[in-house]
Amino acid sequence: MGSIRAPEKEYKVIGTRPVRHDGEDKVTGRAVYGADVQLPGMLYGKVLRSPYAHARIKSVNTRKAEALEGVKAVVTAADLPDPGDRSANMGELGEVPLKYMSRNVLAADKVLYHGHAVAAVAATSPQIADQALKLIKVDYEVLPPVMDVLQAMRGRPALLHEDLFMDELGKKASQPGNIASHNQFRKGDVAKGFAAADYTLEREYRCATVHQGYIEPQAATAMWNADGQLTLWCTTQGAFTMRGAVHQILGIPLSRLKVIPTEIGGGFGGKIPTYGEAVAALLSRKSRRPVKVVMSRAEVFMATGPTSGSYVKLKMGVTKEGRIVAAEATLVYEAGAYPGSIVGAGGVCMFAPYNIENTTIDMYDVVVNKPKTAAYRAPGAPNSEFATESLIDEFCEMLHVDPLEFRLKNAAREGDLQSHGVPHPKIGFIETVQAARNSEHYRSKLTGSYRGRGVASGYWGNVGLTSSASARVNGDGTVTLREGSVDIGGTRTSIAMQLAEVLGISAYDVIPSVADTDSIGYTEVTGGSRVTFATGWAAYEAAESIKRQMTQHAAEMWKVSPDAVLYEDGRMRVADDDSKQITFKDLARSLYDKGVDVGARVTVTPQGVGGAFATHIADVEVDPETGKVTVLRYTAVQDAGRAIHPSYVEGQMQGGVAQGIGWALNEEYVYNDAGQMLNASFLDYRMPTSLDLPMIETIIVEVPNPGHPFGVRGVGEVPIVPPQAALANAIYRAVGVRLRDLPMSPPRVASALEAKS
Amino acid sequence: MAVVHIPALLLHLTRGDQEPAVTGTTVEELIDQLEIRYPGVKQRLVDGDRLRAGLSVFVDGSIRREGLKCEVSAQSDVHFIPAIAGG
Amino acid sequence: MPGKIRVSTIVNGEDKEFLCEPYQTLLEVLRDELKLTGTKEGCSNGNCGACSVILNGLLVNSCLVLAAEAEGGRIETIEGLRAPEGLHPIQQAFLENAALQCGICTPGFIMAAKGLLDKNPSPTEAEIRHWCAGNLCRCTGYDKIVRAILDAEHRMTVQG
Repeated sequence: MGSIRAPEKEYKVIGTRPVRHDGEDKVTGRAVYGADVQLPGMLYGKVLRSPYAHARIKSVNTRKAEALEGVKAVVTAADLPDPGDRSANMGELGEVPLKYMSRNVLAADKVLYHGHAVAAVAATSPQIADQALKLIKVDYEVLPPVMDVLQAMRGRPALLHEDLFMDELGKKASQPGNIASHNQFRKGDVAKGFAAADYTLEREYRCATVHQGYIEPQAATAMWNADGQLTLWCTTQGAFTMRGAVHQILGIPLSRLKVIPTEIGGGFGGKIPTYGEAVAALLSRKSRRPVKVVMSRAEVFMATGPTSGSYVKLKMGVTKEGRIVAAEATLVYEAGAYPGSIVGAGGVCMFAPYNIENTTIDMYDVVVNKPKTAAYRAPGAPNSEFATESLIDEFCEMLHVDPLEFRLKNAAREGDLQSHGVPHPKIGFIETVQAARNSEHYRSKLTGSYRGRGVASGYWGNVGLTSSASARVNGDGTVTLREGSVDIGGTRTSIAMQLAEVLGISAYDVIPSVADTDSIGYTEVTGGSRVTFATGWAAYEAAESIKRQMTQHAAEMWKVSPDAVLYEDGRMRVADDDSKQITFKDLARSLYDKGVDVGARVTVTPQGVGGAFATHIADVEVDPETGKVTVLRYTAVQDAGRAIHPSYVEGQMQGGVAQGIGWALNEEYVYNDAGQMLNASFLDYRMPTSLDLPMIETIIVEVPNPGHPFGVRGVGEVPIVPPQAALANAIYRAVGVRLRDLPMSPPRVASALEAKS
Repeated sequence: MAVVHIPALLLHLTRGDQEPAVTGTTVEELIDQLEIRYPGVKQRLVDGDRLRAGLSVFVDGSIRREGLKCEVSAQSDVHFIPAIAGG
Repeated sequence: MPGKIRVSTIVNGEDKEFLCEPYQTLLEVLRDELKLTGTKEGCSNGNCGACSVILNGLLVNSCLVLAAEAEGGRIETIEGLRAPEGLHPIQQAFLENAALQCGICTPGFIMAAKGLLDKNPSPTEAEIRHWCAGNLCRCTGYDKIVRAILDAEHRMTVQG
């Protein structure tokens, strides 16, 4: 693994690789994940789901299920308050019509996808719950399914929502339809730009619906006490977001609801929305016992949000010198059953690496009879950037220009305007391209038949938002650190390291833990590549406060002014007076003996978020008979700003690459004509295994983000953006076919080869 | 004066004026001033007492959660962008 | 309705007896009856390996084994790996190589690694990848997991 370190600072803790604090619990099976929760008297909840992609619910009869021995409660949408036309305030996700959330949790008048929840049962064993589901009678009026975004927009398709009128920044269409919204970014004048271009190409790109594929299914355990207090243990990327969603769906006060996030087995955005939590709560209230609802793998695929499948049309104009002078794109993204895809992010990110004077991007959010889409690692960006990075490759070939040189020639720099008019802050795109160009991988020769090398770059903006941390000094010199960010990949350690760095103590002397909603200040979701940045910042400020308090106490002890106390490397001293020095640990012990408490509680919403750029290199070999693509070698270069814990930065890069490769080569939702999902299992929803991937080389570049005390840029999401185009470009170099529909699965590659010959 | 970057879909309301300079100490005041000059703009950006659902405001390059209440300076640059989250 | 079946096994070296329905899987019984929740459920149809345990010396997906089939058998789960003196070298190697991110697949991978190293003390990278193809990880891309198993192999050889 390589690193190109930022030169200025030398840190004691940052940049090292301590063993993560929760590691021993996780390698011994002791860590408690969602489905591991067990409470006395607990019942098992199961959900009845629609077999149809689109249907009206005429009636639901639960009487026989209620009468089954062992069944303690049965619920339907009738047990939820009517959402009406109220808005739900969903923090980082903004305002969402409450009915979209409520009806997704339990359908009322219509089912909108195969697997849509209709009713739920709590029973003394999972098997009895399953039997009870079979006794629930639902009378459906089946309607034609709408499964493709273009089909949803054109002609006279069935309407998913009779009251959905296309929104254009507040202006509503006069007729209902399946287009939820349309927005546009416009910069410069694309007509002028294309007129000045020597070469123009226009292509269409498609992405299939793909799922985050976390190995742990969603699990929620609810205990609704007689006094009205509801406790939820659940798999969530954000305990506060979950609390907000459930309180609004159930119509109960926030103060009556406590959410305890369990250790989480992956999320990637898919565990931000609520699914079984409100259902478990209703069952608990009715049965007066704790109820655990765990999704099966099939339910996870069928009924939790995959990310948007999409159609992207892209036209670009380039001069013979290799400058991009105009780009025009139409993005049409699946929202799934309810409005709200991340097409906006697709538009923002699409051309971000490049300084293009004239761009127009039209973005359409379209409903289809598939599960409501959820975020998936850099949501919206892979779909649109796949198009950009693939089309650029065609120009490189046309102009006989090295693809990395082309990128350097067009690279965006600090101050350049993005497609939506916001200037780039300090960014590290050029550095990633240079590092890729200088890498051993890129300089090495690739030989052999049916082999090719492709490159692609990518961008994700990252977010900041609000995070909280609370730290207290213990009598033995350790520091207990509570923070509000669910730990999905080792962040409690990266956060602890930032506190340790400020205080000059060892990372192992910090005891971090993830807190529940009663025990920590508001903290936004673990997602958006924000945790090491924003929650790290909260810990940094808590550490600064503790440092000030300790300095004050030392000053009082020595009867000097606090300004005279120097704090270095975890010890305090007075200049030129050897009698006045003390370590953090010794001062902590002394204060503890005197009953003095030292601690800090911080909530921050930091600005100064740094976006993340990546450039990837992929070598492939294509089997000309079967169309199978083998990834021979892969290098991911990424600007991390400052790598707090390099092993986990590498891990994020490698994980994103693996998901991108799966997205590129094999993963897709397969439906029959009735809109029923056919491959809701790990066997047929084909994610990469250890056999499908080589070692994934990583090169961390550091262009520190001036907006963070240690220069951190979020790293988790951008690595999923380049692989699709890197592989498509490599396949072209290997066998001469350009694929523009994902996944580039063996049958597709094979038929493209056949069509070519 | 602060500069407000008009979203593409609203340019017909500002007669093509892409970057009007407006006075005000908060985003809300800027929008109110814009409405005087270009009627119809406010109802596209604002819903009740907050920014339209799905919109975020960027002031000087940073997304500001305070929305309409966000304070602006005489040199501020203001953009209205689709709300972006993460996964 | 048939009555419950009484099953006697040895789990992590201890005698364990339990009652189960004929249709219950070993995975369900380990987690819900014996309260050994270290073994995880990812798919319940043998496609992810999160439920890997060693039964009579064989690496199995416990979601595909009926609990009743374990009668008279020796079961090793993740909970039994740690020795009184400290972590097993495989566990230590996973920690020091940062071979876990969310950790849900980790017990299954560690048991799979043990199953491999019990049979073949010095596998190559290719052999490791082949053996572990039945264990899915969505977080790591397998790179650090493979390195951890190579490291564990080395540690166990050195230890003797």
